[in-house]
Parts: sequence; structure tokens; C-alpha cells
Amino acid sequence: MSEFNRRKFLGKTAALLSAMVAAGFISTSAMAMDATTTGQAVTDTTVTVGILHSLTGTMAISETGAQEAEKLAIKQINESGGILGRQIEIIQEDGASDWPTFAEKSRKLLVQDKVAAVFGCWTSASRKAALPVFEQENGLLYYPTFYEGLEQSHNVIYTGQEATQQILAGLDWVAKEKEAKTFYLIGSDYIWPRTSMKIARKHIENVLGGKVVGEDYKPLGDTQFGSTINKIRLKKPDVIYAAVVGGSNVAWFKQLKAAGITSENQTLLTISVTEDEVLGIGGENLEGFYSVMKYFQSQDNANNAAFVKEFKAMWGDDSVIGDVTQAAYLGPWLWKAAVERAGSFDVDKVVAESEKGDIELTTAPEGYVKLHPNHHLWSKARVGQWNKDGQATIVYESELIEPNPFPEGYQ
Amino acid sequence: MNFMYERFLGGKNGAIGMAILAVLILIILPMSLDLFRLNMVGKYLTYAFVAVSLVLLWGYGGILSLGQGVFFGLGGYAMAMFLKLEASDPISTSIQSTPGIPDFMDWNQITELPWFWVPFHSFTFTLFAVIAVPAIFAFIIGYSMFKRRVGGVYFAIITQVIAVILTVLIVGQQGYTGGINGITDLKTIHGWDIRDDSSKYILYFINAFLLFGVILVSRFILTSKFGRLLLAMRDKEDRVRFSGYDVSNFKIFIFCVSAIIAAIGGAMFTLQVGFMSPSFVGIVPSIEMVIFAAVGGRMSLIGVVYGTLLVNYGKTVFSETFPEIWLFLMGGLFIAVVMFFPNGLAGIWDKYGKTQLNRISKMKFISSAKALINSKRTSPARDSK
Repeated sequence: MSEFNRRKFLGKTAALLSAMVAAGFISTSAMAMDATTTGQAVTDTTVTVGILHSLTGTMAISETGAQEAEKLAIKQINESGGILGRQIEIIQEDGASDWPTFAEKSRKLLVQDKVAAVFGCWTSASRKAALPVFEQENGLLYYPTFYEGLEQSHNVIYTGQEATQQILAGLDWVAKEKEAKTFYLIGSDYIWPRTSMKIARKHIENVLGGKVVGEDYKPLGDTQFGSTINKIRLKKPDVIYAAVVGGSNVAWFKQLKAAGITSENQTLLTISVTEDEVLGIGGENLEGFYSVMKYFQSQDNANNAAFVKEFKAMWGDDSVIGDVTQAAYLGPWLWKAAVERAGSFDVDKVVAESEKGDIELTTAPEGYVKLHPNHHLWSKARVGQWNKDGQATIVYESELIEPNPFPEGYQ
Repeated sequence: MNFMYERFLGGKNGAIGMAILAVLILIILPMSLDLFRLNMVGKYLTYAFVAVSLVLLWGYGGILSLGQGVFFGLGGYAMAMFLKLEASDPISTSIQSTPGIPDFMDWNQITELPWFWVPFHSFTFTLFAVIAVPAIFAFIIGYSMFKRRVGGVYFAIITQVIAVILTVLIVGQQGYTGGINGITDLKTIHGWDIRDDSSKYILYFINAFLLFGVILVSRFILTSKFGRLLLAMRDKEDRVRFSGYDVSNFKIFIFCVSAIIAAIGGAMFTLQVGFMSPSFVGIVPSIEMVIFAAVGGRMSLIGVVYGTLLVNYGKTVFSETFPEIWLFLMGGLFIAVVMFFPNGLAGIWDKYGKTQLNRISKMKFISSAKALINSKRTSPARDSK
């Protein structure tokens, strides 16, 4: 009925829309036909995977690097012959910085497109939203961000560090090197900073014998740090321990500098600033402060040199590579290793291989990594001191740390 | 019988519109879409509840609420709390420090179920809360605003502020609310798995029938004397007041009704999507829902359903086909609708669709005159200042 009229009067808009609808249906039905008996989009020559990151919205700035790294890894795998003789094809979806959208798009990738694996998510909130979908549809997610732990799903491989790997080594270092006794904790107000600070506080009080002199949480996106800075001045902590995320960082570091708190008179250790954030904050605003991460772009080894070169060749000379970007790059390689061992794209078989605990990557830019049976990676923690140019000088490197998403004594 | 026909369906035109929509939602879509897409349509139809509530409140009442997401969220959270408690039985949460409470409480060192969670063990109470909590909340807001004759732009701003406050509250009190993650991983109602295929079909149809019920009740309200008063209040509030009516009471009433309708949508959303998060409470979703109503035509109970479906369908198709630039395409769609069809889809239908229909059905002179009067009566009067 109204179809005739609508098209007539909506003119080009409607025509465009219906063309897209048709295109959508054609591509989805083609997809469904390709699925093999295991129910995945695998043909004799191709295998389809999904990439699910925010391309729009507030998280786009952080997630862009991750999806670029995943595409680079997939391109390299394809050039070296693919996986089990199959070229990897990508279906990309936009999570739009909106957690429900992540759930919807995950379902679309798993149910409709029947992808063999998904590389995606960034914030804990998006992972928590997508997780039930992956568990219900038995999909496989490679999650790249350092996060709070307390999770170990059959359907997720965590390629970033869980909280204890990142936090404990950093605190040990600052306590030893800077002889720090008093700490001021500040973070954005959501699950990751709160859990991280909980672990940090236990470690400071019970292991290091130090004291937490203040603990503050700011809403996501907040730009007013005046009251916190005043409290810091009053308490004079040896170390400011920060987990402020996203755009708030710009205000946080600029206001610190404006208040006269710089690396010359204050030690600051953050667990939430990578090269990506520094790009927005400006290197001069946090010069001399420290980040603890598992990877810095300035890392000096052959793997990393090749990785940085390839990344810049594909995505431009201006691009920077942060911790999460590098962790995202590991995802497709870890998946390839597990699939080739299993001889199958079947999720349960791939997970079973991954859980054997001996899948290792010697080519990782961060150095040697190994997959633990608990779905997390063995990795080193590194402390970097920021320079004006937005790169970090690595001042400390830990031993390989065992991942422990459910740390006893830190609950 | 005739009375019911006129009052609930809105006469012949209304009945035809309802019938077409019913065929589409109850027959064509379930037959032609696979379950994944149908579940998505079901999700969109929960937004349509909010759009319908905006027809009552904004289209007829002239009260623009930019905080309908608050009520959608309250309904959704009430349902989510029940489902979360059922999913958090002591056995499946045995790895926690305190088994038997929702996982996010455990992460936040809460060792006891907060008092306001306790009643949500009962499904009956939950159903009651889905209706009552938003209604009471709307009553408090409405009473304090409308009694002081706060209206127009000021009311819109205050509803936005309330949306922000509630979002900040939910995000900030994450031990009690799940914070920015929301309440996730919902599974069953009394052991009935809401995630498997058959229950998705059942929930879709429950949702569709509830939506039709809401539209019928709304039509009943709008065709009553109260509906005329609403229109009169929208266009000349002072005259209604001088005629001896207590304007604020009517406004409070319609605000509460619209809150309840939005909340039902929220509860159905939680059931079909399997989680609830503060991202449905804030300003952005609230304004998006106003856009659904604007695209569909804010004077048309049927039109807004199409509007909601069209906008969300566009969103899905654009974002799947052009993940990098889809927001621009959506923006283009909104601008096109507002520029060329200020009365939305319903405006297009009124202007062109109906005349076609009348020609086809060769209506008698009288009934087409009636239709003309009808369409005049329902055409929006300029702007709602």
C-alpha cells in the first residue's frame, strides 16, 4: 500500500534505503549458504571472522587502534597463506560506544553471519553486554583490553592483562624505586577502576606496608578535578595512583600541571594512559610521569620494530600504537595458532587447544607471550616514563607474570 | 458495539490503520523474518511504546518530555532486578565471596542484598512495580511542575535534567545498580528460559499484543472528552483554565499515563534483549525516542509505530552496510523527514495515502466528509511552543 506512495514522495531517500535493504538480504542469504556443517561461515577457500569495535561515539578514539591492529594481523596472516589454507574475510560492525549495540551486533555476527571468531570489545561494559550472547551462541571472542579480572569465560580469550598483572608489578616497582609509603588513589567511576583500586589498596596495605591517604572516583567524562587536586595538596602523598579513563585524562593532567603538580615535585603512576591517550593529552602535560603497561611503542626489539613499521605503512605515519592496540594484534595470531593445532574452526575444539596452556607467540611485539589455561596471557609488566614527544622510556621490566583473574586475598 | 468501534479504533480510518498494522506485525513480519531479525523487530517495538506515550503527552498534550527514557528505564530496571535475582541463586554464584547476591554486588564488596532489592524476589510484586514505580515518580514530578505552572521549554529542560540525574545515580551507585555495565546476564522467569527460540517467539507476540492494547487504550483516552480537553489545553491553556478546569490535574494524569506506557515498553525490552543498562535512561535515548515519534507523526498512534520501525531499521541497515559513515546517513534521513514531511509518515499518509484509499473504496460522500473532519481535527496546530 504505502510502498508506492512512500517511494514516490520520499524519492531518493527511500530508493536508497530499499536498495540497501535488498543488498542486506542478498548478502545475508549468501552468507547462510556458505556455512559448513559445523554451522560456521567456512568454505574451502575462505573463513569469515567479525571485528566489533566502536567506530563512532566517545570510545571511537580508543578503539580505532585496536581494529586497525586486528586488520593488520589478518592481512599478514592472509599474505602468509591464511589459516588451514583459507583466506580470512572480515565482517566489520560498529558497536557505536553503546553497550546494547555491542550485544545486538555480536548476535548478528554469530547468528546471521556465523563467523568463526570475533575480535572486539574494549570497555568492560561492552564485554559484559556481549558476553551472554557469546556464551549462549557458543561464539569465540578475543578481547584486547587490560581489565579488572574476576572473569573467565569459556568463550573469551583475554589478550590484555588482567588487573593483578598490571597493578602489582607497578606498585612493587614504585615502592622500591621511589620508596613510596603513602598513596592517593583516583579513578573514573566504573567497574574497572574500582576493582583495580580495591586490589591496589589491599596490596599497598597488606604487602607493601604503605598507607592509602585518599581514594576518589570521578564520573566518566568528568572534567573537574579541582577538589581532588586540593585534597592531594593537603595530603601530600608520595605517589598519585591514577586510573582516569578516556577524555577526562586531558582535563586531569592539564589541571595538575596548572596547579603546579609536575613530575619535578610529585610521583604519579597511572594504569590507564597509553600512547593513544597521550596523543590527546599532549606529551608536555605529563612529561616525567609513569605508566605501567605490558607494551610501549618504544620497546626495542626486532618484533616490535617490524610491527611498528608495518602498522605505519598500513595506517599512516602519524598513527601511534598503545598497549591495547598491540594486544588486539595478538588476537588473530593466537586464534590462528589454536585453529591450526585443532585442525578445525569449531569453537569448542579451538578453546580446548587454547586451554592446554602451551600456545605461545614468539613473534609478539611485546616479546614472548604464552596462553594460560585460564584464557589469559602470561606477560611482562613494564613501567614507562613519558617524554614530551608522546613516547615513553621504559624504566622497568618485570619477569613473565602468571595471569590470575581471581586473586586470593585481593577479593 | 458502534460505541466501542468509534472509541477504541477511532472509526473507519483508525480501524483500517490498525488492521494493516496488525497484519504487518502479527503475520507478515513473523512469517518473513528469521528469529534473529524478528527479535530485533521485537526490540524496536518496545521503543514504540515510548513513541505512543509521546503521542499522548506531546502530540495531544503539548507537553514535550525529553526524559521518557527515565520511565522506560525504571520499567526495565524493575524487570531486570527480578530476573537478576532469579539468575543469582546460591548455586550458580557459589564462586562469589557472598553467594546468592547478584555478581556486581559481590564485585563491589556488598555482602547483603539491599532492602529495596528484596521484594523483587516476587514476580507479582515486580509486575506491580513496573507500573507503580514510574507512575509514582511521574506523579511527583508532574505534581511539583504542573501545580507551579511550569511548562513548555522549562518542562522539557527539567525532564532532561532528571534523565541526567538518574543516569548519574545509577552509574555512581554501581554496587546497588550494576553501574554503567547495567544489569546483565538475565536468564529465566520461574525457570522459563527467556533466551531460547520458542520463548523469543512468545515474547514477541506478548509484546505485540501489549502494544496493540496500549494503542487501543490511548485511542480511547484521546477520543474521550478528556482527549478534547488535552487538545484545548495544548492550543489555549488559559481559556481552558478560565472555563473552570483544573489544567494541572489533567496534565499530571496524562504524564502518569505516558510514564506507565513507557515503562511497559522498558519491561518488555529487558525480557527480549536480556539486559538493562543506564544507556537507555539518559538524554540521548530520550531524545531518540522523540525522534521516533517525530518521524512517525506525533499526532498518530499508528504512525509512530511505523516511525519507530523505520528509524531503527534504517539504523540497523545503514550501520551494517556502511559501518564507517552510517551516522551521517541517519542524520540525512532525519533532516529529510523534518524538512519535507513535518507531520512525519502519518502526514504523508493523511495527505496522499488516504485519498488513494478513498478513491479505491469509493466512499460515500458523507463518510469522506467525516474523514475530512477527522483529519482536520487531528492535524497538529502549528507548534507546541
